[in-house]
Amino acid sequence: MSQPYHIVVCGSIVPDPLQTLEPALGPAGWGLKNELQLPAVLDPWVAHALFEAANLAKQVPGSKVTLVSLGPKAKLQQVMMQVAQKAPFELVVRDGPAGGFVDAAEVAAVLAEAVNSIPGLDKSRLLLFGGWQSASRGAGATLQILGELLGITEQFQGVDLCQVQGDSLLIKERIEGGSYLVSELANPPAVLGWATGSLPEPPNNPQVGMQNMRLVMPALQKAQPAKVGAEGVTYAAVELPRQRRETRVVKDVPVDDIAREIADWIRS
Amino acid sequence: METLRTLPGDDVRQIMWRFADRFDLQMLVQSTRAVARSVAARLVADGQRTTHEWTAEKASLLTAMDGAGVTSMFLEPKYGGYIEGPKNLAMSLTAFELAWVDGGAATCALASDLALAPINEKGTEEQKDFVFPNICPPQPGEDREIWRGAFALTEPLPYVGVDTGVLVGKVRVAEWEEGKEPMLQVDKRGRFITNMEFANFVTAAVASDDPRIKSSCIILLLKDDEGSWDPGAPTKKLVHQLSATNDPVLNVKVPASRIIGGYTVKDGVIVPNVSHSDAIASVFTRTRIPVGVMTSAKLLSAVEPVIRYQRQRFRGGEAAQPGSPRYELGLQMNEDPCHRLVDVWATGEAGASLGFETSRICDRFDALEKGKEALLHSQGISGVRAEAKALKAVQDKALAYLAEVGKPDGDAAIIADAEADVLVQFLVHHAMTGVLIPSCKLWNTGFGATMMREAVSLMGGYGITEDCPGFLGMKWMDAQLEATYEGPESVQRRQLTTTIDQPVFLALCRNWTAELKAIAADRPATGAGALAASMDLWMWALDYLTKSKDPQGKPLFHAKRQGVSFAMADAVAWLMAARCQLLDVLELEAKGPENPVVADGLEGTVQFFMDLFTVHAARTAGEVGRIVAELVLGYLQPEGDAASLPEWETYCNLRCAVEARLAGCRLAKDRAAHAVTQVMIPEALDYPQ
Ligand SMILES: Cc1cc2nc3c(=O)[nH]c(=O)nc-3n(C[C@H](O)[C@H](O)[C@H](O)COP(=O)(O)OP(=O)(O)OC[C@H]3O[C@@H](n4cnc5c(N)ncnc54)[C@H](O)[C@@H]3O)c2cc1C
Repeated sequence: MSQPYHIVVCGSIVPDPLQTLEPALGPAGWGLKNELQLPAVLDPWVAHALFEAANLAKQVPGSKVTLVSLGPKAKLQQVMMQVAQKAPFELVVRDGPAGGFVDAAEVAAVLAEAVNSIPGLDKSRLLLFGGWQSASRGAGATLQILGELLGITEQFQGVDLCQVQGDSLLIKERIEGGSYLVSELANPPAVLGWATGSLPEPPNNPQVGMQNMRLVMPALQKAQPAKVGAEGVTYAAVELPRQRRETRVVKDVPVDDIAREIADWIRS
Repeated sequence: METLRTLPGDDVRQIMWRFADRFDLQMLVQSTRAVARSVAARLVADGQRTTHEWTAEKASLLTAMDGAGVTSMFLEPKYGGYIEGPKNLAMSLTAFELAWVDGGAATCALASDLALAPINEKGTEEQKDFVFPNICPPQPGEDREIWRGAFALTEPLPYVGVDTGVLVGKVRVAEWEEGKEPMLQVDKRGRFITNMEFANFVTAAVASDDPRIKSSCIILLLKDDEGSWDPGAPTKKLVHQLSATNDPVLNVKVPASRIIGGYTVKDGVIVPNVSHSDAIASVFTRTRIPVGVMTSAKLLSAVEPVIRYQRQRFRGGEAAQPGSPRYELGLQMNEDPCHRLVDVWATGEAGASLGFETSRICDRFDALEKGKEALLHSQGISGVRAEAKALKAVQDKALAYLAEVGKPDGDAAIIADAEADVLVQFLVHHAMTGVLIPSCKLWNTGFGATMMREAVSLMGGYGITEDCPGFLGMKWMDAQLEATYEGPESVQRRQLTTTIDQPVFLALCRNWTAELKAIAADRPATGAGALAASMDLWMWALDYLTKSKDPQGKPLFHAKRQGVSFAMADAVAWLMAARCQLLDVLELEAKGPENPVVADGLEGTVQFFMDLFTVHAARTAGEVGRIVAELVLGYLQPEGDAASLPEWETYCNLRCAVEARLAGCRLAKDRAAHAVTQVMIPEALDYPQ
């Protein structure tokens, strides 16, 4: 059986995608209108990474999961009431902004410092997980920079599967045309930027949540402030993606009809 | 001017409803919400409400609730639960989240707590150890069937309904061998029993039909007991289709140890330690509050779909070009729909505030009740009469304590001494719960159902279609059941009739009025003054009606004279709700700045909630004024002159004091209505329709 892994999942929160998201220029720079007041969720890409991490940790006894998060800690705490029920993990927090307008390099620098600060971290067993993108900013750069800063050169992006195979790991990355690149990772450390993975969202379990909270609350309380932003950057234009969500609610429509309609739409 | 920016989120609610430091409850809210907005909402959207049969699809709700910790919420950690201590606030929050989507789903969860409540409140330790571990869903590796319960009190026509004193369900001695546990034959038919379809245990109210058993009791029946267990046909109800309701016929043989609370054998007679009425009184004390909260959740859940409907009403039409008021505001260009929505919203706020405050008081009361029982037991005091005498003896101390609390510079020593006295605190909390619980059940559901109709009307014809977002039409009808089960409005009014004129409650009322006056002095632009003046008016009216008689010489305020006593009960419920609403706004104002998320935009949020309170306080003042006027003047001879009323001048002054403080209340409504046109709402409802 494989030696235990230390899986560090990096990720933060984003406004609930059902909310009205409207870019707005505030005194502290660009953000979303009423961003602080909008309900937040764990970044969906990160959520996939976290659930995959928990699953992997369960399969390799002795492994543990640490979630490293840079975000406004009051909002992060709120989101933890949901996320902490999903899987056992420890939390490391840096208190700072986590929107779509912070610079990826600055974020990565803070995360690198936070990862390095994890007591007893054995880098030779480190799997650094995160989203290959973020729902607030799809730059896809943060995790790569973070890997470089930590000296981790084995990097996989768009991962949908990470499977234990004896001592090594089998990893599937998305490439073009719906195909996968399959690799074998003999040894950690490695960076895995997750696409959607393959696991469903685990059900809530308040019992797991109560256990996690014993570590989550102190971690939130001692969260160090982190100065990140986008100093020196000026945004020439900010606009919502033009693609519009057109939700139509239908009832009693056969699956075949729905599939045909989607196919027609793609063709057009 | 700053106004409400977004719909109030969890951060705001946790402060207002005082569970910002309770992570167990915050998690419970999140996991319950997930069940409500996925599984429960899906069931409604898929048309499962069109059948009263309990289908496999509906049963998936139970599994979802097991997985999300809703089922084990009621249990102490030692039995597999995860919330320590009293569960009143926890139950109310669960009910709120589920009823936000569907009242039947909420009832499905609450009914099992209802079945457990007699055991929890009055059961022996052995009975708890016997039942509770089986309630907890099986853990990985465990192979056992989960126990699901039903509570059977109500019986077929024409028997137990509102008047629960007369039971037809019977218990007799079946076998009683010398030196052995007696075996009892229980014969119980129920009517409208929730969860009965799948229950494998029932806590049933039965009366003795045997000279060898005294009075009545609640008794635990198991599906595997010897005898017949017929869950009965499903009730053809029009509401709450996501809970199962049946008319069971049960006839089983059980050991006497199943009598909830145990029994003693005296002179060859089995004497239950707890009668059925004692047990149900204590059960309903806890379980009626969440029912009230359910209706308020519906009202608050209506806000978002109504705003969306109003704003989008004309989009797509030729006359409504983007950017035009017709396009952006839709129906909200008109004053009336906004004003009416404010009324709906204010009612939901007041009801939720009342429900959660009552739950929190009950959480404290649970410990006090146990403390009182232990203390009296240690003093060798037992029995209803002896207990009442012992409590009567401390009533003066309680009154003296409240008198000091009510003074700006009350005697600290007296206050500290009384605060450490379990019996005094028990009495004070007893007086509060005796009024707040029935007020919550009565007002939240009764007036709530009326306002739910208003919410439906704001959707036009859409409101009474199956496609109405937020299931508003169904929620409207469901509200009527919430007003009915666990004791319909008449039961709540009857209870209030016996509690509102108690000296300890009136002393509390005086203190609350003084507090409101102090608040009003600081904030003249709010409804606090009108509310304080209405409390003054109500207290005077109670006193007047208690000492006055009608032209036939019959007393006016009397339990039998429901025309008077029930109306005064209604009035007090209005007052309690408005007061709780104000306290929650003040809490938000005080604690909001500590939370950076809430602090952002706090000024506008507080202003909006205060405006809602003021709107509601004005309505309360109107209702109380109307009720008092009818009662005080309505029993005078028609040919007489109102001014001949012995206390005419006092009455006029009190009423004028109320009216004078209504100044500005419509300005508050205008502000709130404006906020409703400005507030940002999500792009889409977060559950299917
Ligand atoms: C869907 C559903 C689920 C239920 N679940 C349960 C359950 O799980 N367990 C259980 O035990 N019961 C349950 N009930 C029963 C419920 O508690 C009763 O229906 C309710 O208490 C009212 O009793 P009743 O219907 O017999 O009305 P009645 O007793 O016939 O009363 C009808 C009306 O008469 C008037 N009235 C009666 N008596 C008085 C009085 N003394 N003073 C003034 N007015 C009076 C009131 O207006 C009252 O509303 C359920 C009912 C429904 C519909």
